[in-house]
Formats: sequence, C-alpha cells, structure tokens
Amino acid sequence: MRAIVTVLGKDDIGILSFITALLAEQKVSVLDISQTIMREYFTMVMLVDCAKIEQPFDALAAYAQAEGEKRSLSVHIQREDLFHAMHRI
Amino acid sequence: MITTSEILDTVRMIDQQHLDVRTITMGISLLDCIDASQHAACQKIYEKITRYAGRLVATGEDIEREYGIPIVNKRISVTPMALVAGASDARDYVPFAVAMEKAAKATGVNFIGGFSALVQKGITPGDRKLIQSIPEALAQTERVCASVNVGSTKAGINMDAVAMMGRIIKDCAQRTGDRGGFGCAKLVVFCNAVEDNPFMAGAFHGVGEGDCVINVGVSGPGVVHHALQSVKGMPFDVVAETIKKTAFRVTRMGQLVAQEASRRLGVPFGIVDLSLAPTPAIGDSVGRILEEMGLEVCGAHGTTAALALLNDAVKKGGVMASSHVGGLSGAFIPVSEDEGMIAAVERGALTLDKLEAMTCVCSVGLDMVAVPGDTSADTISAILADEAAIGMVNSKTTAVRIIPAPGKQVGDTVEFGGLLGAAPVMPVRPFSSHAFVTRGGRIPAPMQSLKN
Repeated sequence: MRAIVTVLGKDDIGILSFITALLAEQKVSVLDISQTIMREYFTMVMLVDCAKIEQPFDALAAYAQAEGEKRSLSVHIQREDLFHAMHRI
Repeated sequence: MITTSEILDTVRMIDQQHLDVRTITMGISLLDCIDASQHAACQKIYEKITRYAGRLVATGEDIEREYGIPIVNKRISVTPMALVAGASDARDYVPFAVAMEKAAKATGVNFIGGFSALVQKGITPGDRKLIQSIPEALAQTERVCASVNVGSTKAGINMDAVAMMGRIIKDCAQRTGDRGGFGCAKLVVFCNAVEDNPFMAGAFHGVGEGDCVINVGVSGPGVVHHALQSVKGMPFDVVAETIKKTAFRVTRMGQLVAQEASRRLGVPFGIVDLSLAPTPAIGDSVGRILEEMGLEVCGAHGTTAALALLNDAVKKGGVMASSHVGGLSGAFIPVSEDEGMIAAVERGALTLDKLEAMTCVCSVGLDMVAVPGDTSADTISAILADEAAIGMVNSKTTAVRIIPAPGKQVGDTVEFGGLLGAAPVMPVRPFSSHAFVTRGGRIPAPMQSLKN
C-alpha cells in the first residue's frame, strides 16, 4: 500500500535523516521526495510504499506522529488514495 | 502524481481548518423485530442492533487512523419506533427507548436515532403512544434521539400533532430541567423528513430503505471560510465558484470514507449528506462564512441572500463528487453549535425571526434555539407550525429543535457542552397563538403549480 508522508516544522539540521531513518527502521520504502523551505519552515512530502511494514498501518502512523512530536515536527502518514480522491476527478 | 501543494492543502484542511467527516451512520431496519410481546420485541431490537453495528465504531476508528481524517461520530439510525412497537402489547414505549439505549452503549455509538413517528396526515394509536412516551424516554436515556414528522408537501400539516408536540417539548424540558432542558436537544419536529438522514437528532431509517445501510455526513465550514478569505472583495460569481470547488473536495473525502466503511463492514453504501455542519469550535462556524461574504455580523440584512448562495454552491460542488447524494444536504444553522451564531445572538443581531427567514433557503430549520422557560406550549406549537409551513410550501425539509429552558430568561445562556454547545436564550413574541393552535385539524397540502 502506498502512502503520503508529510513533515512540517521549524527548519533544523538533520530532519531529513531523522525521518528517513525512522521510515527505514519501520521497513517503509521511499519512492519519491519533495522538500522545500517555506519562510523558515521545513516542508517535506514523500511518497512511500508500506508493503513490507511489520506492524499495522495505523500503529505506524501513530508512532511516526509521536516520534515527530518529540522534535516539534508535525508528521502525518496517510493513505495515498485520500489525496487522489480529493484532487483528481 | 499529486502535487506537493495539493497534499499540503489537504493536510492543512484537516490540521487547521477542522475538516472532518461528521458522522458515519449505520441505518438498520427493525421491521423484522416486530413482536406482539413488548419484551420479545425489545430483546430482538437489542440483538439485531448489536449484531449489525458491533464493528461500526472500531471500523470507523480504523479508517480515521489510516487516512488521518477525524470521523467525529459513529451513530445508528433505526426504523421509526412507532412502526415497530405498534403491534406490541406495550402500554407505553419507554422500554423500547431503553432497549435502543442499551444497544447504543453496547456498540459504543454516541447517539441512536429513530424513536420516531410519522404523523403528517394522521396519528395511529402506536404513534400516539410513542409521542406520549417521548419526554420520559428522553429523560431516562442519554443517547436516544426522537423525531416526529408533522407535515409534508403532499399531506399538508397535521395541526393536532403540532399542538401535541408543543406540550411534549415543554414536558421534555421540565423532565430534564436540571440539565437545562437537555431532553429537547434530542427531539426534532420535522416537515418533509427524509428517510436517509445521517445527522442527529433527526436521523431515522426509513421504511423505503434496505435492511442495513451506511450513510455519511460530511462537514467543513472551516475549510469554506478559509477558502473565502482568499477571494476578499471579489464578485459573487467568484465566491460561488470557490465554495463549489471546496465542497467538491470535502465531499470526495466523504465519498471515500463512505465507500471504505461500506466495504469493510459489508453493508451497502447509501448516501453522502452534503452538509456544512458547524461545531462550537472557533473556525468551524457557518455564521462566520456569511460574515466573510461581507456582513458585519450574521443576522445583518443580506444574511438570507448570503446563506442562499452558500447552500446552493455547496450542493452544486458536492453533487458531482458523490455517486449518491441524499439526507438533508445543505448548510445547517444550529445556534448553540455555531460559535459565530452564538456571538451574533449575543450582539442582538440574530433573532428568531431572522433565523426563520434563513430557514427558507437552507437545510433544516430553527435548530438548537433556546427560548425562555416560561414560553407557553401554544407558542412553541405556533413556531412549529410556521416552520412546517415553510417546508411544506417550498418542498423542502424543515425542522425545529427548540429548548424552552426551565427557569431561564432572555439574556441567560444554557450550557449543553460538547458538540451541542451553549445556547443564548432568545426572546419570543409575547402575543398569544392559543386560539390558532387549539383549532386542530389539518392544513391542506399546498398547490404545486401556479407558483408565485
């Protein structure tokens, strides 16, 4: 199953490596990354593949969110079909 | 590939603009629970509801977590209980409400609708027993919602039922007086009630429906408000287009959730209800959308026109986004549940009269309005009749959810808490409608041609 990861927060050194390490540890494969700094805010969107994850998807989403909060980052993992439904006819 | 800005748009809508699915409501037919024995019927009702809806809450929560969309309520609607209980030997129908309450608790839903009677043309003995049981049923239960349909475009208005409902509403308020008349917040009086409404307190599972169905109600006043902030000062054409596009996205999300819930529960998908349902939270108000269109405060002259545009654009945007649209579909204006409306009432800008005018052009009607505790049953009946007349003549659903808050006067506020919010007590007209209400009989169905 493919999902979209969004990471928002104040820019800091090592956010990208923190997120990718977290995803790798959870056996999430990164397919595409788009990252930018809007004003001083770090904004990253990733397309990921969750086919190999070992825990339920909702537990992964909750874990990523909780880990992100420790670094004052807003981390969401949501199923990709939500975005297709909302933005494509 | 979806663009980054589209993804961030969605995340912001959910995180900052209160975008949510307001309710997944499972409609369950109880026609096969009819039994001559009240005890056996209640047993069957409890058993069927818990069997069908046992996984409803857990499934809703799973979808919520996977998609990252809050699904605020999981609820159940059932066949109007007057039809189910009518064959039984019960002297009153309170035990049926208690069975619904038990089933609601067991399944974990926060409301169950369908303690209802449809009496737009006439009242059966079962209907009468149900209506007379409403005050006690709502006082004894927390989660049961009641509704009574007193009129329709095809049948006219049953003024005997209207007169009865004024007294029932007063009685409901008295019996739950210690909680501000909370019972009345769970009681809706309809004209042209719909069979597939997922929203409480007026939801019931109509007899034209299948055995079990999933209906979804979307929300999103905050998202519409935010979208309009980017078109300040632009003409109404732009305003309407902006609302349509926003409503489309919101509804697509609702459709996705509805289909997913239907698939996982193995229950047919019914409809998506395209409604803008506010909450008392800041930034989730329909009143503030109307103000964003250029009104100093909701209730100012121009409010009805603004609401007409909003209501129509929401439907136009939503219709294409869903395979089946139904329910109430329109903007709700429940005073106590809308932070902007509460503020407008407190400023003296929004009155019952203006709300009544607004109900001519939007979904439903006088919703969650508190009036002084000493308002007479006749006056309440007359308010019900006025609102039913608007629905009857305009071929639309209208409803009244009014709370004559015991011991409260104009200027006081009734606190309900949670999604039901806080209602400032509004003045009613001090003139008597007694002789009008006590006439009884029926107001004939209106002409459907020669429309002027």
